[in-house]
Amino acid sequence: MFDRIWRSHQIVERDDGQALLYVDRHLVQDGSAPAFEMLRQRGLVPRAPERTFSTPDHYVPTDSRDLATVGDPEKRGMAQALIDDSARAGITCFGLGDRRQGIVHVVSPEQGLSWPGAVIACGDSHTSTHGALGALAFGIGATEVSHVLATQSLWQRKPKTMRIAVDGRLGSGVSAKDIVLAVIAKIGAAGAVGHVVEYAGSAIRDLSIEGRLTVCNMSIEAGARAGMIAPDDATFEYLAGRPYAPAGRDWDDALLRWRALPSDPAAGFDREVSLDAGAIEPMVTWGTSPEDALPITARVPDPAGASSPERRRAMERALAYMGLQPGTLLTDIPIDRVFIGSCTNGRIEDLRSAAASVAGRKVAPGVEAWVVPGSGLVKAQAEGEGLDRIFVEAGFQWRHPGCSMCLGTNGDVVGPGQRCASTSNRNFVGRQGPGARTHLLSPAMAAAAALAGRLTDVRQLASGTVRP
Amino acid sequence: MKRFERVLAVALPVAQPNFDTDQILPARYLQKPRANDFGAYLFRDLRFRSDGSEVPDFPLNQPAYRDARIVVAEANFACGSSREHAVWALGDHGFRAVIAPSFGDIFLSNALKNGLLPVVLPSDVVAPMLRALLAQPGSRVAVDLEAQTVTGPDRSVHAFAIDPFSKRCLLQGQDELDYTLDQLGHIEAFERRVAAGSA
Ligand code: SF4
Repeated sequence: MFDRIWRSHQIVERDDGQALLYVDRHLVQDGSAPAFEMLRQRGLVPRAPERTFSTPDHYVPTDSRDLATVGDPEKRGMAQALIDDSARAGITCFGLGDRRQGIVHVVSPEQGLSWPGAVIACGDSHTSTHGALGALAFGIGATEVSHVLATQSLWQRKPKTMRIAVDGRLGSGVSAKDIVLAVIAKIGAAGAVGHVVEYAGSAIRDLSIEGRLTVCNMSIEAGARAGMIAPDDATFEYLAGRPYAPAGRDWDDALLRWRALPSDPAAGFDREVSLDAGAIEPMVTWGTSPEDALPITARVPDPAGASSPERRRAMERALAYMGLQPGTLLTDIPIDRVFIGSCTNGRIEDLRSAAASVAGRKVAPGVEAWVVPGSGLVKAQAEGEGLDRIFVEAGFQWRHPGCSMCLGTNGDVVGPGQRCASTSNRNFVGRQGPGARTHLLSPAMAAAAALAGRLTDVRQLASGTVRP
Repeated sequence: MKRFERVLAVALPVAQPNFDTDQILPARYLQKPRANDFGAYLFRDLRFRSDGSEVPDFPLNQPAYRDARIVVAEANFACGSSREHAVWALGDHGFRAVIAPSFGDIFLSNALKNGLLPVVLPSDVVAPMLRALLAQPGSRVAVDLEAQTVTGPDRSVHAFAIDPFSKRCLLQGQDELDYTLDQLGHIEAFERRVAAGSA
């Protein structure tokens, strides 16, 4: 599949083996001001604004829809610059007043802008998300964003390929987030560097598109250049009728092309990895790299047992930052904050699964818990289903869509030393704010943590055996 | 883009695997215009306390490393966020090359486009180099792009690979976009083929 997409988008090949790939879809968010500036400095304008779509997400407030409430003029300026640059270039922008606004990686699939077989680029590392629909999607830097704006193309060194097969059935309380955390724990944060990963196997097939988006989203946390899943009937059903998906005759033509995309079962990969879905438990991270993930039933690991002196030092550093003692049960770790949202877990299914854990219960005293829908449409749908009331009655804050506490560039941060159960994708040092301590987990697990006031096995919550 | 030929300079050891771009340049500086000196924000939260005073233990704050222009790091250096600001911060501070067993892919690409040379060397070369730099603060390393070699603090010479196009761009300080703009005819032809439904 990867090869087919690569070949069909190759414009020219350089003598060093790099290929100039045509970019079908360019997604732009409010971190892109420097790229537009580079373009202006060279006197260039976007080449294919009709292939480019934008929405502000990193700098938007989540307690109101009014940009004027953003105190810092530089932050406000980032979101405003996107709106202005888009208008000037004729790029469709889903702005703050638009219900379609949201996190770019939630919005594009939702609008039917991410297609099987497409090459998609976006100046954000989690662009790997869109591979869930069978696209080849790359995260790029600012200079490359300006290059795509100017030429609608991107130079790429041909990556190696890796297949990660997850077969079997997931246990109850185990979700797409747990699969991808288990994958990263297994292969490491550098495990897929230089590779495009194709996820396969029955457990991947059985996932909804939302779940597949979650898995592909975190490919970058294993170092992968992109993650992808072969399109199937679930993909086509998801896309049918979406605003920017092909329609009528075009839809029929597209289906023919899309059905021919999946890899030949005999296709070779440079590397193969497999996991047993039945053995995956609800996962949570204890350290400062997404690879530091363990089943919730485990204990904080002891650096004394590390495989190498380097690993021991890394573990000691992580534990010191996280304020954890080796041997502590993960379920004994108290938390201060909960964040349910982000491009990893800000979709409707994520909110439904969190709400199912919450129903009728209360957030533990002293815990500040937030739900930040991934887009205005996710928010509206959740409200239509009454999920907002479940959250609010339990004591959660129900906020407006944006990246929010995933990275805190809009000011939504976790305080120094505070511990946050977060459905986002990075537990890096300082990621959610200077000194903030992040535990990555699934939406159901985050909700369970909010109710118990500590990391909790969602399966025990479901069976009523969790300690109060 | 600044031309790169040869650098002989003090090397800064970053003895941590998976050192992410959030550590190199924290997210709260991402909205600063490019005209800022991003070197001032480099490793901000490791280098400085919240009151702005220096963290004395951090190598870059120690006199022996202050003039470092080369970084030597463990595997998967600069993984994570695509922020090009991480490259700007290293470059604005005066760094010209980073040596590691592997890099975050997006960082690697960003670095090449900003005149910062990423050098991939095997971990059994980098590990002793890191140890030497830690044992002898202020040791110098040479990176010669023309010859494609790194000379370690112990004078051992190691060859590295780089694709010829990136090498030429770095040596001449030339930018990829100009080259692509020369290919515009090919891009237009590709677009016509797509429109005709044959691609
Ligand atoms: S939600 Fe987080 S990871 Fe996703 S695009 Fe926003 S800041 Fe990046």
